Amino acid sequence: MSDHDYRPKSKVGQWFNDRLPLLTLANHLTDYPTPKNLNYWWTFGGILTFCLITQIVTGLTLAMHYIAHADMAFESVEHIMRDVNYGWLIRYIHANGASMFFLAVYIHIFRSLFYGSYKSPREIIWILGIIIYLLMMAAAFMGYVLPWGQMSFWGATVITNLFSAIPLVGEGIVTWLWGGYSVDNPTLTRFFTLHYLIPFLILGLVVLHIWALHVPGNNNPVGIDIKKPSKDTVPFHPYIVIKDGFALLMFMIVFAFFVFYAPNILGHADNYIEANPMVTPAHIVPEWYLLPFYAILRSVPDKLLGVVAMLSAILILAVLPWLDTSKIRSAVFRPLYKQFYWILVADVLILGYVGAMPAEGLYLLIARVATAYYFLHFLVILPVLGFKEKTLPMPLSITEPVLGGSPNLAAARNKESKIE
Amino acid sequence: MSEKKTKRRDFLFTATTAVGAVGAAAVVWPMIDQMNPDASVKALASTEVDVSSLTPGNTLTVLWRGKPVFIRRRTQEEIDEARAVKMEELIHPEKDEDRAKNPEWLVMLGVCTHLGCVPLNDKGDYNGWFCPCHGSHYDTSGRIRKGPAPWNMEVPKYEFVNANTIKIG
Repeated sequence: MSDHDYRPKSKVGQWFNDRLPLLTLANHLTDYPTPKNLNYWWTFGGILTFCLITQIVTGLTLAMHYIAHADMAFESVEHIMRDVNYGWLIRYIHANGASMFFLAVYIHIFRSLFYGSYKSPREIIWILGIIIYLLMMAAAFMGYVLPWGQMSFWGATVITNLFSAIPLVGEGIVTWLWGGYSVDNPTLTRFFTLHYLIPFLILGLVVLHIWALHVPGNNNPVGIDIKKPSKDTVPFHPYIVIKDGFALLMFMIVFAFFVFYAPNILGHADNYIEANPMVTPAHIVPEWYLLPFYAILRSVPDKLLGVVAMLSAILILAVLPWLDTSKIRSAVFRPLYKQFYWILVADVLILGYVGAMPAEGLYLLIARVATAYYFLHFLVILPVLGFKEKTLPMPLSITEPVLGGSPNLAAARNKESKIE
Repeated sequence: MSEKKTKRRDFLFTATTAVGAVGAAAVVWPMIDQMNPDASVKALASTEVDVSSLTPGNTLTVLWRGKPVFIRRRTQEEIDEARAVKMEELIHPEKDEDRAKNPEWLVMLGVCTHLGCVPLNDKGDYNGWFCPCHGSHYDTSGRIRKGPAPWNMEVPKYEFVNANTIKIG
């Protein structure tokens, strides 16, 4: 990249930059050549950065008022809601912020799946993303425990008990995680510590994620390699900054709707009852963003295999770049993959729905079929499709189909109209 | 660097690494072990419960080590039902005679062996307990009969201190 030649204009700038090349970095970020056909699905990286910073800032302020003790945690959360100035606002932003974070991350992941952004040479970006996603789930789970309501307590009990499925050492691990013989004060204090730590780990991984992204540059809706900089690129600033900013604004409207008009709709009423180790709520459900995996866990009648299936469902994503054998990245040029993609989206939504329902009768049957299909998609359909599928011809550049003369004009135009 | 002979330097390198690894492990272990149950948690090892008010067909739930313990005074019907079950029908075969030494009294951890929820009394297909979380059914001896739980509900160590008092732990 050409930004190594960058030289600040001012003398002071040159003096500083020779000692710490921060201005070179800033210049790289502003001039960073970006494919000019990026659509709004590409704005979720910026939105996710916003979500992370929102969670860190609101989390730090909540931590100034929260008390991590089994006898006081529940009351301190009520204290935040009732007594602390704007405490209700900060807590509702933090609680709904977690949901917004997952909403954005799911769109971001499914965008990668559609446009094949996980394929060579972007495997490391993808794997870093999966690690971030895992950490997000850990942070969200532990954060949900902190208010010490009934769902907090029993969610913590059920999830930590997943480890008891491990043969021989399982029980010992669970006792170690709890720091006792049940979820109790030692569990709460360590969860608070880890909940505080994880966002900063995520922040570090986000830096690596973006760093790894800036080596090959962005993928794009057409999914072809482009020369950078060229007629196919625009500088990140102001083009992408404005586009990301506009998308962020739209996203914040949705965010604000939940915070101000439906702050509890994504939560569970039982979590406004203080934790009681003697009584399990009639119907335990995790937060909406974990429901598909919960459905997979429950669809397997064996304890150990259920846990293995649930973990595999997440970890299978990490090896996706090698399971998908197709050389073509974008689903725009993969007519069959495009259909399987939408079936997978429907499959995950169905899993999410049955995860919220009782695990019996028809719901259980649907969960089992949907779980089987989920694995079928990644383990059978994707590897085979790469060899069998007849893909559409690719344009040579982003500009080419727009200017005409492309054998693939119709497909490109069709795609363009979908973006709008 | 063509010679492959072990030198004094190689020995020093290996010895330093080995000592360093032992040192690191010695520091890491306290960091891991501090998370295990501490002395104050372990000190709450036993509880005494007065069961004189319990009539047949009722269950008392008490907290022991942060977990609920079911003390069930069983009716004759329940005892007969539990003892009539054949071993081959059970997922986790245990005789009722071994689980309840005094057949009238069933003492066990009220914790589902699937993922740790508290099962509900007098519910389920086997007249015993039913776990609302993931649908495990237990019989009148607290044995798993149907659902994802792998084992029967655990019988803790307990004894009758006198006719009216049970000591758990």
